[in-house]
Amino acid sequence: MNEQTKKAPATTHKLGIYLWIWGLLFVLSFCSYLVDWFAFQGLLRWTLILIFMFLKAGLIMAFFMHLFWERYTLVNVLLWPMTAIACFIGLMVAEAKYTVFTRFVYFVLGS
Amino acid sequence: MDNSALGKLPKGWKGVPNDLGSDQTAFKGVNWGKAMMWIFLLSDTFIFSCFLISYMKGRSSTVVDWPNPSEVFALHVGGVPVPLLLIAIMTFVLITSSGTMALAVKYGYERNRKMCGYLILATAFGGLTFVGMQAFEWTKLIHEGVRPWENPFGAKQFGSFFFMITGFHGTHVSIGVIFLFIFARKVFRGDFDTGKRGYFTSMKSDYVAIEILGLYWHFVDLVWVFIFAFFYLW
Repeated sequence: MNEQTKKAPATTHKLGIYLWIWGLLFVLSFCSYLVDWFAFQGLLRWTLILIFMFLKAGLIMAFFMHLFWERYTLVNVLLWPMTAIACFIGLMVAEAKYTVFTRFVYFVLGS
Repeated sequence: MDNSALGKLPKGWKGVPNDLGSDQTAFKGVNWGKAMMWIFLLSDTFIFSCFLISYMKGRSSTVVDWPNPSEVFALHVGGVPVPLLLIAIMTFVLITSSGTMALAVKYGYERNRKMCGYLILATAFGGLTFVGMQAFEWTKLIHEGVRPWENPFGAKQFGSFFFMITGFHGTHVSIGVIFLFIFARKVFRGDFDTGKRGYFTSMKSDYVAIEILGLYWHFVDLVWVFIFAFFYLW
């Protein structure tokens, strides 16, 4: 960075954006707490939890961590590896089903 | 790379093959320290993912019922159990501290030394509050007989996943708090305005360090979003 850019204040984002995101995060956290408060069960509960979770994570990453304003190269390098995690989740779901199946057969039925 | 040179490069999706194929620095216009922090956070994401995935696998493969988190983590207020009360407060404290951190980064870049410093201090106290409440939570559960190998509520695996996941996250928060205090001191001392050379690196201090510190802190908050959803709410 040269001397000129050092002395001049760097361009920053408006205060309002941060306050809005902050407020939204509070609202979303409150919503996810309400999911437990009203004791929703089953598919509705899981769907709501995931929706609020991804919205919160997205807002934090996009605005608080400035990914929304970063160059696409950095964003791509950071987000594509998440597909590996998704694959891992898929593999472990299958594995868990197999484990619980064998446990039922040998521990519950077999005993 | 200064802004005028950056402006001449292709933007958006076209920028991706251009940047990666440029045979130079791949992350154009991104401070190297910031890029390294992101790479570290990516690796940390994988560590936390492994914990949460092993928790998913453990929980969905027990033949014994999993303890109901909204009962296990309930607090009694005037004799009435309120589900997940402490965890909800912890979540709000962490989000508040994330907000103050985001503002600290903004005021840092605007060279508003005092605001930046006070906001970093506020963030650090938020973090301390969080760790304190987590210590309370651990003490409570340990008194109730939760151990990594057994617990009175249900499946035995509950304790080991709880202590491992929240403990690892709490460690991250604690390390973050230490760094927040160190950087609050540096900001108040004016290191970032004078460009004083750092003790370890001997490199000139720059307010971009506050953004890098902020990335770490927001990441800690980000991980909590996932822990809150999968461990406490699910």
